[in-house]
Amino acid sequence: MKDILKINESVKPKFPKHVRFRHNKARDEWVILAPERLVKLDPVAVEILKLVDGKVSVGEISTDLSKKFNAPKEVIMKDVIEMLQELSDKGFIEE
Amino acid sequence: MKSDELKSGSKQLKTASEHGIQAPLALLAELSHRCPLQCPYCSNPVQLEKKTGELTTDEWKSVIDQAVDMGMHQIHLSGGEPTVRHDLEDIVEHCTVKGLYTNLITSGVLLNPDRLKKLEKLGLEHVQLSFQDTDNENADRIGGYKGGHAKKLEVAKWVREVELPLTCNCVVHRQNIDNLENFIQMALDLDAERVEIAQVQYYGWALKNRAAFIPTPEQLDHATEIVEKARVDLKGKLVIDYVIPDYYAKHPKNCMGGWGRRFLNMNPKGEVLPCHAAETIPHLKFDNVREKSLKWIWENSEAFNLYRGTDWMPDPCKSCDRKEIDWGGCRCQAMALTGDAKNTDPACSISPLHKEIFAMAAEEARRAPPEFIYRRYGVRFNSPI
Repeated sequence: MKDILKINESVKPKFPKHVRFRHNKARDEWVILAPERLVKLDPVAVEILKLVDGKVSVGEISTDLSKKFNAPKEVIMKDVIEMLQELSDKGFIEE
Repeated sequence: MKSDELKSGSKQLKTASEHGIQAPLALLAELSHRCPLQCPYCSNPVQLEKKTGELTTDEWKSVIDQAVDMGMHQIHLSGGEPTVRHDLEDIVEHCTVKGLYTNLITSGVLLNPDRLKKLEKLGLEHVQLSFQDTDNENADRIGGYKGGHAKKLEVAKWVREVELPLTCNCVVHRQNIDNLENFIQMALDLDAERVEIAQVQYYGWALKNRAAFIPTPEQLDHATEIVEKARVDLKGKLVIDYVIPDYYAKHPKNCMGGWGRRFLNMNPKGEVLPCHAAETIPHLKFDNVREKSLKWIWENSEAFNLYRGTDWMPDPCKSCDRKEIDWGGCRCQAMALTGDAKNTDPACSISPLHKEIFAMAAEEARRAPPEFIYRRYGVRFNSPI
């Protein structure tokens, strides 16, 4: 049985095996696919999730995005943690 | 069929795009109606399709290509029992190549470890395994298949051994609802990602067997309490999807997310349906992928356009402020219980028939359950309709 994941700076998030983060060509949109689930994503979520690979930490993702969008890391990380926690609670993200 | 329905059928109906409806999200592919189990609540139509009429491998591959080109995200490989098809591997592989998320909905009893391993290698992404009860004997009695439950427990282990994610599909009703906590524990013990606790929905076979299945309101309330508590306790550990029998709901379910709005269902011979029970509406004519493209059918098929949007609705739906939330409920249930698919689904508390039907069902629930009428493939004499 899985344990509940608490997302913090050092967590290295990844998608569980059955969860796909995929670009739908015909619709030109990124989505998360899971059994009988489809999550449509806003552009910010897509930018975050493109960096999720199980190798980089939440902190590193936030640093990356703070450079890319020229915004303070703390502000970005708050959003990153909040979004990943929400996805994790629904079973779409694990460590 | 009434004359006004004939007229409205021949009138120019609005198409999907005229309704502002985009491409469907997922395809429910009934690969075959053949099944070794005989569940008396089976969602298949009572007129089961024979093997000889089933689409070929190449025909399914063409359907998959079309689905992807339309922008569909997922395919549910279902039945009957989809593993009776020896080309399941080819179909799964083709879905993987095309990038369609593949979900196998199976009773499991025909699977073996090698085949599962092969399916996983070919890109199968998820397995939904049905369970009839947690009690061995009762499960086998409900499914009409001796040794079925023990086999399913084994299959679940094989699924996890090849690291495929697992959903336990648990259909609950008055004859197993007391085991609800055991169902959830079973899902945890089997290392499932997700458990679907679905109360029987009453069409076709299940409607004929309603008195044998419908729980009392008290049983249902108790079940709902258990599920709600488990959802809190198991948050982040096990996803629990819960479907109540809509007879006891205040509002009807927004069936399929609205008629012809999100999903396609294909039966084994290639007919395209707005939902898996749509064949219970006798005046609907279904288009077939052997004659028309999937895209054309989604856009133009009369069976879809007849109940799309809200124009077709009579009162009380027409003047209801929830009409674009639950879309009048379920057309098949309206047909089965009122004789007219356009009527408000009697599951809705506003339906003039709601009270009467609710009372009848609750009364059935208080009496001793009758014998099952089993769904037997190819056998007509006990056909419920």
